Amino acid sequence: MSELNIYDSAKRKHPAIEELTALFKYRDLIYQLVRRDLIARYKRSVLGVAWTMLNPLGIMIVMTIVFSQVFSRVESYPAYLITGLICWNMFTQSTSFAINSMVWGNKLLEQIYLPNTSFVVSTILSNMINFVLSLIPLFLIMFVTQVPVRWTVVLIPLAMILIGAFSLGFGLLISTLAVFFPDVAELYPVILRAWLYLTPIIVPVDILNNILNGWILRLNPMYYIIDVFRQLIYYGTIPSLTQWLIAIFAAFGTLVIGWIFFCNKSDKFAYYV
Amino acid sequence: MSNITTHEPQSDSAIFLHGVGVLYRIPHDPIKTFKEYVIRAVQGRIKHHSFWALKDIHLDLKRGEIFGIIGRNGAGKSTLLKVISRVLIPTEGRVWIKGNVSPLLQLGAGFHPELTGFENIYLNASILGFSQKEIDEKVEEIIDFSEIGDFINVPLRTYSSGMRARLGFAVATAWKPDILLLDEVLAVGDVAFKDKCIDRMNLFRDQGSTVLVVSHSVDNIKETCHRAMWLDEGQIRLVGPAEEVGNAYQKDMKTRRQGKMRVNR
Repeated sequence: MSELNIYDSAKRKHPAIEELTALFKYRDLIYQLVRRDLIARYKRSVLGVAWTMLNPLGIMIVMTIVFSQVFSRVESYPAYLITGLICWNMFTQSTSFAINSMVWGNKLLEQIYLPNTSFVVSTILSNMINFVLSLIPLFLIMFVTQVPVRWTVVLIPLAMILIGAFSLGFGLLISTLAVFFPDVAELYPVILRAWLYLTPIIVPVDILNNILNGWILRLNPMYYIIDVFRQLIYYGTIPSLTQWLIAIFAAFGTLVIGWIFFCNKSDKFAYYV
Repeated sequence: MSNITTHEPQSDSAIFLHGVGVLYRIPHDPIKTFKEYVIRAVQGRIKHHSFWALKDIHLDLKRGEIFGIIGRNGAGKSTLLKVISRVLIPTEGRVWIKGNVSPLLQLGAGFHPELTGFENIYLNASILGFSQKEIDEKVEEIIDFSEIGDFINVPLRTYSSGMRARLGFAVATAWKPDILLLDEVLAVGDVAFKDKCIDRMNLFRDQGSTVLVVSHSVDNIKETCHRAMWLDEGQIRLVGPAEEVGNAYQKDMKTRRQGKMRVNR
């Protein structure tokens, strides 16, 4: 009987710490939620998991047809495009799902105690798995467009972790806002669209570099992170130490801020959702 | 019999609430957009109309006790259960809970229609906080109890509502909870299954689980509970032996009804 857990609201730790320990205790739940996401997403479509690979391929082909004339000076544009695109997909899908899971998706938090971050964290993780799978079409395109694969690709897991961390942090921030202001959920796709064109994904870097003396890039955390990823794969170079540090700072800074913001507000979620 | 309790939970306490209050703040005219919020915040015009869904709740529930909560609609019964199940963090006061809480409020929480019954057992049980290993040990028993049979390997969307409820109940009650929260009478499946459910509830009670029952049926509470609490507009009206509290409540309801009838006339 003495091993019973005691919950005492008078002896609570800082919410951000408390949430971390709670999430660790519920790690099997995270596994189950990721599994559910993956199974549910693919079970009823004929091609199943193949869609993870076909989707960026399809978009890449459409975009290449549309933009390759405009941006013809970019060397092997399809490869340039798809490196940015799979990072962007990872970011937008996971953060949009994060909003849905907090606002509409889960009435669960109103009914049963769960670590509040469970849904956002599991969403990011299942999208990370899709992200890994989308490397297959990426290498396919590189092979077809004859972009050499250099040894630097062994470092891409690091860049992918940065994208995951940034997505998690930003997902926590935006979904907290969306709980209190439902408008945010409506506005977010518009913001994403603008952000897409202001980040070197479709548009070549040098064009964006000419806008506002380059400040449009300098203030964009997504630029640094995608740049690291693209250097490793597309250019086959190692980013400089400064570039690494800025990207790490942008990703994990966002994660820490998002985590603390979310946890500080999460006590009030039940009053709003 | 008085509702003034000590300031610290005792060694035999299971649930201990001290001065718990839940304040809901409702903006006078609801602010729905971010823009509106910013404009008003700048103008200092955010006015809230607030009300206490619960106020000054003191409660010391002993291990193994069966405790009833009665009150009219909107008296704060469900809010109280939410506070105890940690879904709602109260605005003020202290909540102290010893042991795991099983909220039989929502059966089959998180069930996913595309997953099979078997997969849903794992999903549902992990939502309730059980580990992979714990579920492995119980999964056979859960399937047996739910009487799902061969349907266990079929997507849940093909299940009837009764089957879903049975599976949900089987998962939720597979482990003996330290504290069991019951909202209303369980309406699960057919009569035979209902009996099985009631047996299981009784078993938990006999094995020393603390049970908290919320019900509209005062007679039910008087019959099954040791003690009861009468909530009225978020405050404790009376706490004591279930029989006594139930009678007082019924008497009050009667006079209210008569009062209303007189007004109508």
